[in-house]
Amino acid sequence: MELLQYILQNLINAAERGSFYAVISIGYSMVYGVLMLFNFAHGDIFMVGAYIGFGIATLFIGIFAGLLPAPLIFLATVVTTMFLVSWVGVFVEVAGYRPLRNAPRASAAITGLMIGIIFETGVLILLGATRLSFPPLMKSVTYHVGGIYITNVKAMIIIISLLLMVALHAFIQKTKWGMAMRAMSYDFLAVPLMGVSINTIAPLTFAMGAGLASVAGILYGQAYPILDPYMGVIIGWKAFVAAILGGRGSIKGAAFAGYLLGFIEIFVATIFPSTLRDLIAYSIILIILSFKPRGFFGMEHSTKLRL
Amino acid sequence: MQLRVEKLRVSYGNIKALHEISFSVKAGEILTIIGANGAGKSTTLRAISRMIPAHPESILEFEGKNLLKYSADKVVSALGISHVPEGRRIFGNLTVTENLILACFARKDKKQIARNKKWVFDLFNRLEERKKQLAGTLSGGEQQMLAVGRAYMSGRKIMLLDEPSMGLAPLLMLDMFKALKEINSQGTTILLVEQNARLALKFARRGYVIENGNLILEGPAEELLTNPDVKKAYLGA
Repeated sequence: MELLQYILQNLINAAERGSFYAVISIGYSMVYGVLMLFNFAHGDIFMVGAYIGFGIATLFIGIFAGLLPAPLIFLATVVTTMFLVSWVGVFVEVAGYRPLRNAPRASAAITGLMIGIIFETGVLILLGATRLSFPPLMKSVTYHVGGIYITNVKAMIIIISLLLMVALHAFIQKTKWGMAMRAMSYDFLAVPLMGVSINTIAPLTFAMGAGLASVAGILYGQAYPILDPYMGVIIGWKAFVAAILGGRGSIKGAAFAGYLLGFIEIFVATIFPSTLRDLIAYSIILIILSFKPRGFFGMEHSTKLRL
Repeated sequence: MQLRVEKLRVSYGNIKALHEISFSVKAGEILTIIGANGAGKSTTLRAISRMIPAHPESILEFEGKNLLKYSADKVVSALGISHVPEGRRIFGNLTVTENLILACFARKDKKQIARNKKWVFDLFNRLEERKKQLAGTLSGGEQQMLAVGRAYMSGRKIMLLDEPSMGLAPLLMLDMFKALKEINSQGTTILLVEQNARLALKFARRGYVIENGNLILEGPAEELLTNPDVKKAYLGA
């Protein structure tokens, strides 16, 4: 019984950690699906999202605390932040990637790295090196259910992440923009022949990936309230690992591998000393990848046709 | 003239694919360009639909508008030029219906879209039977039907067709050309490029012959069919 509780407790912790990886890694996969490149600025977009979320949360709490119920302030913070950070995504596409669309892939890849560095140093210059602390958007409550502890923050992180993924799935399956994104992932060059502008779909994809990352940023700020200009680096790389492990361009795969990463990290940490966590966790992933080099949901070969 | 092409030049890097070719297409006609593999047929169509850049001194005019000022998607959505590309290029991960609907991405006329879709399904019954299937699961012939149906949905002023007969069994080929005649009779101009010269010349009213990036012959289709040079080079007789 105690073992079962122990496992369930860790499963919840793993689902929380996996939620961050899943929501962020989807952004990598969406962009890869549409443009066949990895947006290496994505981890830093997550960081910018956390900072903008911090600004909006501080502002809204300052104005509305006591006037509006906390969940409403939370919702308003999420929606406003998503909207603003979507434009950061659009900016990255238009200013960073679009001029290099026909350039060699490596040039596009370093564009992302450079934009990331610009974001990091930009935040550092604007806000200084002092670490900021994300204000709590809800009063923390701990529930005790059958020997398992779960805070409302943790539950919210897991639920909101799932809701975002369901909404994204619906968007991609049901709307004409989602249809165009799927078409682009199949045959990039035939899409303009349908009267669809790539300069509409590409920034939309970046905007959605950035919007998702910004929600992850807010949620992260609720779980680990210290903001740091480099907070997006490690988590960004790990989410990138999830995007590859899930299968390049596969949103389903990215979500699945994001959770898997969370589970492996948490369960490794329950067995081994926590200093060895990443060493062991990522060795396991390396072994998985050597057996499944295209990831879990990767296509056998690219179906993309080129001229 | 609906489409005027003058001194069209296209290069892939240092390789000249088209050297100053000129031709024109009248509204409502069926025109074909025949030629061997690599002669520049696909390049010509791709330049018109702006999939690839043409030399800036080339003249490409559609209904008096300079095509060089339009992007590939606007050529379709603003001017009504549709292109059935080489190798069909249908979206295999989308259903048949989704492929048709995607082609109307920029269109707002919902009623007309529904009417066009019904017309395509009437023309190609097989597509209607398989409308919920992923396009990648269709047979080659059905995929070609979908590529043509999709192009019809995207724009109906002129249709550029790149080897629609490729990979089709003879019977299916004839069905396909009957369907194209039907589309033409609705007022859509057809510009067809084909390696299968006999079939193309029987179908079209007028033809050009392209060789190594130059147009070398022009004439009514029946004349080209009996021209000894054409016969020798392209009709295998």
